[in-house]
Amino acid sequence: MSTTTVTTDAGTLRAGTLPSWAPLAVAGLSVALGALAWILGLSVVLAVLLAIVVFVVALPGWSLAEKNRRAATDRLVTALIWTAFSVAVVPLVWLIALVVKEGFATLSPEFLTYSMRGVVGDEQGGLYHAAIGTLLVTVMAALISVPIGIFTAIYLVEYGKKNRLAKVITFLVDVMTGIPSIVAGLFALALFVLLIDPAIRWGFGGAVALSLLMVPTVVRSSEEMLRLVPDDLREASYALGVPKWRTIAKVVLPTALGGIVTGVVLAISRVIGETAPLLVVAGFTDSVNTNLFEDRMMTLPVYIFTQYANATEKGYAYAWGGALVLIIIVMVLNLAARLIGKIFAPKTGR
Amino acid sequence: MAKSIEISDLDIYYGDFLAVQGVNMSIKARSVTAFIGPSGCGKSTVLRSLNRMHEVIPGARVEGKIAIAGQSLYDSAVDPVSVRRMIGMVFQRPNPFPTMSIYENVLAGNRLNSKKMKKSEADDIVERSLKGANLWNEVKDRLTKPGMGLSGGQQQRLCIARAIAVEPQVLLMDEPCSALDPISTSAIEDLIHELKSDYTIVIVTHNMQQAARVSDETGFFNLKAAGQPGHLVEFNSTQKMFANPDNEATEAYISGRFG
Ligand SMILES: Nc1ncnc2c1ncn2[C@@H]1O[C@H](COP(=O)(O)OP(=O)(O)OP(=O)(O)O)[C@@H](O)[C@H]1O
Ligand SMILES: [Mg+2]
Repeated sequence: MSTTTVTTDAGTLRAGTLPSWAPLAVAGLSVALGALAWILGLSVVLAVLLAIVVFVVALPGWSLAEKNRRAATDRLVTALIWTAFSVAVVPLVWLIALVVKEGFATLSPEFLTYSMRGVVGDEQGGLYHAAIGTLLVTVMAALISVPIGIFTAIYLVEYGKKNRLAKVITFLVDVMTGIPSIVAGLFALALFVLLIDPAIRWGFGGAVALSLLMVPTVVRSSEEMLRLVPDDLREASYALGVPKWRTIAKVVLPTALGGIVTGVVLAISRVIGETAPLLVVAGFTDSVNTNLFEDRMMTLPVYIFTQYANATEKGYAYAWGGALVLIIIVMVLNLAARLIGKIFAPKTGR
Repeated sequence: MAKSIEISDLDIYYGDFLAVQGVNMSIKARSVTAFIGPSGCGKSTVLRSLNRMHEVIPGARVEGKIAIAGQSLYDSAVDPVSVRRMIGMVFQRPNPFPTMSIYENVLAGNRLNSKKMKKSEADDIVERSLKGANLWNEVKDRLTKPGMGLSGGQQQRLCIARAIAVEPQVLLMDEPCSALDPISTSAIEDLIHELKSDYTIVIVTHNMQQAARVSDETGFFNLKAAGQPGHLVEFNSTQKMFANPDNEATEAYISGRFG
């Protein structure tokens, strides 16, 4: 490959630069090499690896040959970052593609609106009861943990000012972040077994278990957001003779609202797929239950788990379908979080 | 309704750091008092201690006495919130509320305290305050747009409008014109002249001409040496300060032969 536009004599501004088609050409070359190696009998993984290595070495090498060290370093780091990025993204895309491929055929109005009540053999069943359960349990968990989380964050940022209690709370929140979800579930179960009834299984228990997992996330994200609010704004409000609590309620919280809402929604999408605690506390059922405070309640993750455990063809199909629905719900929540974050973000008006 | 302020033996700390030492002065009602002095000598610090904004900073405290119309400001029974309602402030850096429109920013002092008022009354306050801060003509067609969308100088005038909208009895201004063009500066100075008949005004400025133009009395602050606390070198009528100051350092500073 000859370099067309490049002259190495210093003095011209374009000295040592590669032509704009260089990355593409090198990418083409490395893919071709990888393909060749594959045809010659190398395994797919090794062939891909070879292509990547060729690209990462060849492009900076070419730049270096043009006596431009800075550009060569830049190319090398850029190539490495793109490689790392692909390594991170490939499994994600793969996962989504697989779930869509396997689950799409199962999606049907019946699947979304039927429960599993009295479904035997090849009869059509659905996940309606599980979707309702997930919705109720998650909303309840959010209702419990969002106020606790936000008020804790307000205490830490606005009142705690690094005093002893604030330090202890921060430490405990950090510890809570690491609680395994099954432990949260067992704790909720033990709590209600001791307090109410040894045989108790109810949706509310699941909500309590999930909120144990949610609270630390909400505290952490809200804390970050509140800290981002500049002290100038608090001072501006104080200087107008506004008391502290009004300043927090009407200046600090609205300014941070976008970020707080985003954090809450992300915390929700984090716990919505939890299986173990719900299996333990909310239990398992085939029928629709809309009362959080009575009887077992089915949820999507538990539904997926039990259908898969059935090990029948129909069961596998339902499990994939349930997984797809769950992913769609999480995606919708994430989009909603972005939208809400945008709507509430302080406006510059420029 | 304007109030005088007596400061005696005032020491101001940031944690263990003594920023300003031994300030004594009396600020007259219905007059303009200017603080001048080199950067870092504690002008803002003294100003902020006058409406108890200093203690907002963690670890910051004040020793000595400040009395407004005979009432001690730092008495344990005094609520800082009511002090700040009486003594308004314009900050060195403009700080409009980013979630609020221009209109809401001007009314912030009333709205944040949930003061009920009629729409016409509110419109009235907004127009009067913005006119006072010489901003009305530039923003009258976009009052509902965010306050952050204004230029730096416009934001500063918005903050001035916000401060005068609540009609405090004392107005503290920390370099209110440092980001403004000469036209807006002269409008603000006109405003200060106007407000003087009702309010007590304290203004920090780096602009000697401005201090000479607007103030009745001037305080010159300085550092004894680098790393030493700031102190009040001379406090006199502006006329005397600029014509024939008592202190040599004052003269050197004012005439530009400083350091
Ligand atoms: N938040 C703070 N924490 C600790 N020290 C501070 C703080 N703010 C100011 N200081 C210190 O107090 C001293 C006086 O600062 P101040 O802001 O009052 O100066 P100034 O006279 O207003 O200066 P300028 O003209 O640059 O605004 C300086 O030494 C400064 O470093
Ligand atoms: Mg200052």
